[in-house]
Amino acid sequence: MRACKLFPALLSALLVAMSASSWAQDTLRLLTWGSYAPENVIERFEKETGIEVEVTYSNNEEMISKLRATGGGGFDLAQPSHDRIHAAQLEYNIYKPMDLSMIDTSVYDTSLLGAVKENTTIDGETYSVPHFWGTSGLVVNRKEAPDLKSFSDLCDPRYKGRISMRLKRTILIGMGYAMGEDPFAAYGNMTEYGRIIDAAAEKLIECKDNVKTYWTGGDDLSNLLRSGEIVASDAWDGTAFKLNTENSDINFTPPAHGALGWIDTFTLPRKTRAEEAAYKWINFVMQPDVAKMMSSHSGYVTAHRNGGDLTSDQLKQSFNDAFSRQDIANIKWFANIPPGLEDIEGKVLERIKAAR
Amino acid sequence: MTRQHVRRLTLFMLLAPFLLWILLMIVLPHLGIFALSLREKVAPLVYTIGPKNYLDFLREPIYWNTLLRTASISILVTALTFLVGFPIAYYIAKIAGRRVKGALFLACLIPLWVSDLVRAYGWMILLRETGVVSSVLQWTGIVDGPVELLYNDATVVVGLVYTVVLFMIVPLASTLEGMDDSLIEAGYNLGGSGFTVMRRIVIPYAMPGIVAGSIIVFMLTAGSYLTPILLGGKNSMWFTEQIYEQFITRFNWESGATFGILLLLFTSLTVWLGLRLSGQSLATTVARSEA
Repeated sequence: MRACKLFPALLSALLVAMSASSWAQDTLRLLTWGSYAPENVIERFEKETGIEVEVTYSNNEEMISKLRATGGGGFDLAQPSHDRIHAAQLEYNIYKPMDLSMIDTSVYDTSLLGAVKENTTIDGETYSVPHFWGTSGLVVNRKEAPDLKSFSDLCDPRYKGRISMRLKRTILIGMGYAMGEDPFAAYGNMTEYGRIIDAAAEKLIECKDNVKTYWTGGDDLSNLLRSGEIVASDAWDGTAFKLNTENSDINFTPPAHGALGWIDTFTLPRKTRAEEAAYKWINFVMQPDVAKMMSSHSGYVTAHRNGGDLTSDQLKQSFNDAFSRQDIANIKWFANIPPGLEDIEGKVLERIKAAR
Repeated sequence: MTRQHVRRLTLFMLLAPFLLWILLMIVLPHLGIFALSLREKVAPLVYTIGPKNYLDFLREPIYWNTLLRTASISILVTALTFLVGFPIAYYIAKIAGRRVKGALFLACLIPLWVSDLVRAYGWMILLRETGVVSSVLQWTGIVDGPVELLYNDATVVVGLVYTVVLFMIVPLASTLEGMDDSLIEAGYNLGGSGFTVMRRIVIPYAMPGIVAGSIIVFMLTAGSYLTPILLGGKNSMWFTEQIYEQFITRFNWESGATFGILLLLFTSLTVWLGLRLSGQSLATTVARSEA
């Protein structure tokens, strides 16, 4: 008789599960970076719109892989960087064009919006709008390593065992620039590009003794610097600015050969189920006061036309301490990654990891 | 319907969830992965069928070195786990009183209530340069400066042994529990030393449990991901990490699938060799240790 009681219970559980999925318009499944969806912003959005936000933290490679596995399903809004749209769309068809009329484009910084549009327009359809921008360069404890100013200084034997890196494509490209090459200009020419990153890899293998460990996420890196276990690393500027507010010795250093600039976007996955909610979220976070909350939390500057002012005073100070006007003009913006490039880079990165 | 029909139908219904699980969760995905591993990428969106991914694995020393490294460390971990786990299992099964027995089993189980990730971070808090162990060593004056205990193979081995030791203890303890104490007493009465009794009576009797425990421990270790990566740092090359890199960083599903199949084949082969060498078969191992 127990089975008879169990059956209706199971059935109702199933019905609840089914109705939950049919209510999907009321949830926004956001695929984004750690620190890009602070609790206070989500709470306010839920209160104002009644739409629940489900956040999944990820990085560029995982975002593309996740969407590729489902053919662009499982999430309603994603935040890949501006250089990861074009090739991924051509090869895997995982994104959906944006209806820009649904977005208040007047609040954006025109040059950032223009750059993202240019990078992510395929067959006349635009796939992305910008959200945060930032650069990759060096985070340095200036008391411990006062003259560390370039990616190649990470290999200075004085800092043996006191360096960290993120073993991803950025370190290859940064090292390429430090060695006087121009990796972005070589994107179109695979043999030339292969030569540059091979040389960079040689250098990185040579100085592997300097590396304490490879970091994988912002928290990871922050802990290594906070505890004093490392004195420098390649880093995202926002992570470094956040650390600067805790310890004034630590701050971002744009490398002499130029910091590497990226723009994280808002992009719709192809099978988004809550497009309207996604547009609502985009417009919501670009309001000046919300943009300020976001920026103070993540350490990055939003693509709002007053983005530089819409952040906490402390972060403004860290930014101005790190960047001169000339450093900003010298930023090298990531160019669109051609298909197949990451396979070559992956192989080189494996070689570095395996080297003893 | 005869009674026999009913009985057969009942049996089928009871087995159905299990069969469905095996088919949908184990067999089909593996067939899919295998099919994917035979797909060759010629250009973006252009594919053919062939063994290129397997040949690539053989041609690239990094890959098979990683596989061999994973296998040898896993075997070492299995051996160490046995050395650590056997005395504990023996104590639980043969020496401890009824109440202590329960408490000891519970003590072994408690770490499993916490997720792998948290346990690995626990080790990191203890062992990092500014961590607990390093601080204590400095405070007691045993070392002068901070010591880094993370990011080397020894730490990975310790972390793995810690993670899997329970899976050795449980089958060992239950096999030993089934052993009649009079066998041990008879051994001593016939003049055997402690060592002889252990070697000639206890170990042969416990063999099915040892083999069962070793298989589980070896498979868990070879397939583990978090512990070797978090504790191993810059030099951790673990085959599962290689699979992850192929799938996620390189967008190379074909080669990732190939590695997955190879890991499965390689570990199965190792287990088969282990069974052959120890003179056990899978059937007796499972049956006796469960008894």
